[in-house]
Amino acid sequence: MIDPKRRILLKGSLAAGTIGVAVGAGLLSPSLVLANWNQAAFQAKDLPEALKNLLGSDVTETSDDIKIKAPDIAENGAVVPVTVETDMEDVKSIAIIASANQTPLIASFDLGDSAVPFVSTRIKMAKTADVVAVVQAGDKLYSGAKEVKVTIGGCGG
Amino acid sequence: MSDIKIRAKLKDGQTEVKCLMNHPMETGLRKDEKTGELVPAHFIQEVVCKAKDQVVMTANWSGGVSKNPYLAFKFTGGEVGDPIEITWTDNKGETESAVENIS
Repeated sequence: MIDPKRRILLKGSLAAGTIGVAVGAGLLSPSLVLANWNQAAFQAKDLPEALKNLLGSDVTETSDDIKIKAPDIAENGAVVPVTVETDMEDVKSIAIIASANQTPLIASFDLGDSAVPFVSTRIKMAKTADVVAVVQAGDKLYSGAKEVKVTIGGCGG
Repeated sequence: MSDIKIRAKLKDGQTEVKCLMNHPMETGLRKDEKTGELVPAHFIQEVVCKAKDQVVMTANWSGGVSKNPYLAFKFTGGEVGDPIEITWTDNKGETESAVENIS
């Protein structure tokens, strides 16, 4: 007869060991220093999941008022300059997404009252894909996309 | 010396702030070419941008932002001489801050 309590103890220690290994290998963030950093959204593997976690919904309306400036062809996927701009009123946030990256959500910018809906940065892209910008204006989400062809991926590996 | 370079210019009623930060921005998914082991994640998670102590913009980032990140944004209501303060915090809890006046 095998003591059931002993079984449970073994299972528990095995599980703890697995987590320890994952942390050691850098698969899990060792510590989340920032409580408001949206781990679920940034570690989401696809765009709808990232948007649901970040903004509460993945329903976006396509808008031509979102201007995305990015190169048609990026020779180096490690550094792709992206600028997102819009004329919309009451813009609360702008998110930048590289749709084919392993974790697509790259950045989310929360704009204060005086901020102009304009952000510019440089992102990594694993391969040719749409760069998607999601703008939260009022209570609605709008999105725009621009394809960037990547000749050398920028996510290592 | 701080590792953040800031340039803030007032033009037509809008202040455009451009900044460059020194940071490796490791995703945690990249393998070291020599050892074949994963390079641990080390990236900026949050950038807070303040003008005259008022938060203008907060950026939340993943490791998908390029190494030595560049960031530009614009806001209204700034005046020449106003201080712009940029502060980043990374996933290891390291933080850096710099101040530059609007010109």
